[in-house]
Amino acid sequence: MSVLYIMVPLAFVLAGGALIAFVRAAKQGQYDDLDTPALRAIEDDQ
Amino acid sequence: MTALASQFTHAPARDAECAPVCAHCRLPVPKALRPATDGPAFCCTGCEAAYSIIHSCGLDGFYAIQNRDSAQSRAVGASTHRFSEFDDPAFTRLYCTQAPDGTRRVELLLGGLHCAACVWLIERLPRIVPGVIKATLDFRRACVEISYIPDAVSLSEIARTLDSLGYPPHPARRAARRHIRQLEDRAMLVKLAVAGACAGNIMLLFIALYAGMFEGIDSGHEQLFRWAAMLLNTLCLAWPGMVFARSGWAALRARTINIDVPISLGLYLGGIWGILKTIAGHGDIYFDSISALIFFLLIGRYIQQRQSRFATDALELLFSMTPTSARRVRENGDLEDISTESLAIGDIVEVRPGDVVPADGTVLHGESRIDQSMLTGESLPVTASAGEKLAAGVLNISSVLRFRVDATGEATRIGRLLRTIENAAAQRARIVQLTDRWGAWLLYALLGLATATVLGWWHISPLLAIDRAAALLIATCPCGLGLATPLAMTAAIGGAARKGILIKGGDALERLAANSPRRTVILDKTGTLTLGRLTVLDWFGDESVRSLVRLVESKSLHPVAIALSSMPTPPSDAKISSLTEVPGMGIEACAALAEGRSCGVSIGTERFLQSRGIDIPHSFRQFCHSALQSGQSPVLIARDGICCAAAALGDPLRKDSADAIQRLQNSGWHVRILSGDHPEIVARTARALGLGSADARGGVNPEEKLAFVRDLSADRTVVMVGDGVNDAAALAAASVGIAVRGGAEASFQAADITLTHEGLSPILDLMGGSASTMRTIHWTIATSLFYNVIAATLSILGYISPLLAAIIMPASSLTVVLICLRARRFGARAEQTHLASEIEFGRARQQAVIS
Repeated sequence: MSVLYIMVPLAFVLAGGALIAFVRAAKQGQYDDLDTPALRAIEDDQ
Repeated sequence: MTALASQFTHAPARDAECAPVCAHCRLPVPKALRPATDGPAFCCTGCEAAYSIIHSCGLDGFYAIQNRDSAQSRAVGASTHRFSEFDDPAFTRLYCTQAPDGTRRVELLLGGLHCAACVWLIERLPRIVPGVIKATLDFRRACVEISYIPDAVSLSEIARTLDSLGYPPHPARRAARRHIRQLEDRAMLVKLAVAGACAGNIMLLFIALYAGMFEGIDSGHEQLFRWAAMLLNTLCLAWPGMVFARSGWAALRARTINIDVPISLGLYLGGIWGILKTIAGHGDIYFDSISALIFFLLIGRYIQQRQSRFATDALELLFSMTPTSARRVRENGDLEDISTESLAIGDIVEVRPGDVVPADGTVLHGESRIDQSMLTGESLPVTASAGEKLAAGVLNISSVLRFRVDATGEATRIGRLLRTIENAAAQRARIVQLTDRWGAWLLYALLGLATATVLGWWHISPLLAIDRAAALLIATCPCGLGLATPLAMTAAIGGAARKGILIKGGDALERLAANSPRRTVILDKTGTLTLGRLTVLDWFGDESVRSLVRLVESKSLHPVAIALSSMPTPPSDAKISSLTEVPGMGIEACAALAEGRSCGVSIGTERFLQSRGIDIPHSFRQFCHSALQSGQSPVLIARDGICCAAAALGDPLRKDSADAIQRLQNSGWHVRILSGDHPEIVARTARALGLGSADARGGVNPEEKLAFVRDLSADRTVVMVGDGVNDAAALAAASVGIAVRGGAEASFQAADITLTHEGLSPILDLMGGSASTMRTIHWTIATSLFYNVIAATLSILGYISPLLAAIIMPASSLTVVLICLRARRFGARAEQTHLASEIEFGRARQQAVIS
C-alpha cells in the first residue's frame, strides 16, 4: 500500500487543478449571470 | 400611455380570427392598413420600422424563435424620441467608460424584454448597427452592456435603434458600484469552492482514518493522512475561514458580540490544537468537522449575501421619475434636446403634452392641465398657466408649456423628497438579527462551559482539559444556527415570490411577524384601495352614441378622455374631420358617419355645453348633481346640438378592498386610510369600506405622510401600503412598507415588499406567511440547540470523539435544512382557509339561488 505515498499527493494535485480552473472561471465572470446563457442556448448562427 | 396601449391591444380583438396579423407583433391589423397585395402587414408604423430593420439585416430567425417561444405580443410604440441627449458630453461623462483601445462602454436598462427571442435579437446588435462591437444582455436585470466605436456610431443612433425595435433604453447609473459588488460576489464564490474542496478531501482522508480505528491501520499511512488533512485544513482556515475571524474580530473591537465570535473561537482553537497534535503524532483531531463547519457556514453566508443584494440596492429613484432629456429653448428661439443633468437655472424649457416636466420652474407661456398624482396623490388634474409654479416629475397633459427653470436635480421638490426617502430608509431601526441575539447568548454559555471544563479537568491533566475544551467548542459550534435563518428566509422568499409577493429582505418578514400588541396598517387610497384611474361608472341616456364618444375621446390624452375611450363598446367606423379641445372644459368634434352624413359631437362639463348654447334637460342636470354628490365627475354628451347622454366618472374601489380590510381587522390590525386626495372623497371612501371617519385622513402631502408614519411607529408596528411617489417616503419609514401592483417605480424601490398581483388580498397571505416563517425559524433554532446540548454534555464528560462529532454535526445541519423546506409553502394554510371560505360562499349563493 505504499503506493498511497504517491497517490495522495497526486490526488491533491488533481484537486488543485480543478480548483484553479474554477477560480479562473469565477474571475472571468462566468458565474455572474446564470439566467441569460440558458436563453442564449437557442441561438443558431447562420 | 399605458391606458392608450391597452386600449389599442384590446379593441380589435373581436375580429382577430379573420383579420391578418401584424408581421412583427402578431396583433390584428386594422382595416385601413391592410395591404392590397400579399405581403407582410403591420398594425402600426413602429412595428413596420422594427420589422424592416430586422428583415434588412437578415435576422428573420428572430420570428422563428419567437414562434417556438410562448406566443407573446410585442406591440412597438411608435416613439418619436430622438435620444440626442445621449450624445451630450455630460451624459458621456456620467454613464460611459472609455476602454484603452478607443472603444466606449455603456450600460443601458431596457424596457419591453420578455423572452429568449429578445436576447437573441439584442445580442445581434453589432449586425444591425455598424460600429457596435459587442452587446451582452443580462436578462434578469434587463441590462445590456454595449461596446461601440464612438467615431463610427453615435450613442443616440444605438438608442434609437433599440427604441424602434421596441426596447426603450435608459442609462444605468452606478455601474462602478455594481462592479465592486460583482467582484465581492465572485470572491465569495471562490471561497465557497475552496472550502468545499478542502472539506470534501479531508472527509475522504478521515474515512480512511476512522476505518483504521476499527480495522487497524499502518502507522505510516495514519501519519500521512493526518498530515495531509492538516495541510488542507490550514488552507481552509487561512483563506475561507478568515471570513468569520475578520467579522468576529471586528465585533470584539467594537465591543459587541456576534455569532462569529464563538464560531471563530471554536474553529481556530480546534485548528491550532489539531496542528500541535499532528506534529506530536498522536491525539484526537477534528479537521473534518472544522472544514465542514466552514463550508456549511459559508453556504449560509453566500445565500444571505445574495439575498441582501436585492435589499441594499441603493434607492435609484430620480432615474424613474424625471426624464433624461429636456427640450431647451435657445436664445434665437431654436429648440435643442439636452440631458437633464446639463439644465441650468434660468434656462427656458418646453414641455409637450404627454411629457414629464424635467425640473422645477415657473410657467412663462401657455396654459395646460397637469397631472400631479405622482407627487401629491390628487386624482384629478389641475390647471397651470403663466406665472404658476411647476414641479419636476409632474405630467403635462393637454398643451405645450414653456417654463423657466428655478431648480434642477437634487434641489427640486422631488429631489428633496427623494432625499427624505433615502434618509428614512437609512434611519429605520434595524432590529437586531435573530441569530446575533442568539449568538450573544451562546457565546456566554459556551465560554462559561469551556472555562468550567478546563477548570474541572485541570487537576486531572492540563493537556486533557484543553483537549476537552477544544472538542467542546468544535462540537457545539452553532452551525445549524448560522444556516437556519438564511435558509428559512430564502425558502420563504422563494415561496412568496411564487404567490406574487416579492420580498426584498428577510428582516421585513421578521418585523412583520414581530408580536407587538399595537399594530396598525395604513392604506393609501388612490391606486391602493381604488384602481387609481378614472373609469366610467354610470351611463345615462342614449347608448348608441357610446362608440362615437369613444372614437372622439381616443384623440385626447386627458384622463377623462382616456376613461371614456376605454369604455367597452364596438368600434365606430366614423371618421373625425375636425376636433378642438378646450382645456378644462371639453372636446368638440365633427365626424363623418358611415352612411355619408356628418354630425357634430360636444363632450364636456355642464358649463361647456351651456357655453355652446345647448339646452340641458332637467333629468340630465339631476344626474350630474347626484354624481357630484357621490364624489364622481359628470360628463355630458351632445349630438348635433342636442344633449343626449351623460356619464359619471370615478375611481372605483378594488373588488377585494372591503373584504381585505375586514379580515385585517379580524386578525387584530388597526386599519387607517391616509391619502393626498380631497378629504371629502377620502371620507366617502372610508364610509364605503366601513371605516370610521377618525381612521381616514385626506389632503395629506408626502412630508405629512412621512411625519404621521414616524409618529405612529414610535410605539407600534406600522405597515404602510401605498403605490405612489407621494407614499414612497412613508413606505421607507414604516416598519414594513408594501407597494401594490401598478404603482410608481419609486414606491417599489422604497418598499420592503412588492405585490405583483392585483388587489389587497395578497397582504393577508403575507401576514400569514411571515408568521409561519418565523415559527419555522424558531423550530430550527430549537433543533440546533438541542443537538448542541447533547454535544456539549458529551464533550464535558469526555465521551466525545472526532467520529461522534462528525456524525452529530451533519445530522444537526441536515435536520435544520429539512425543517427549513417547510418555509417554502409560505403560509399555505392561510390560502387554504381563504379557498375554503370562497367555496363556502359559493355554496351559500347556490343555496340562495335554488330557494
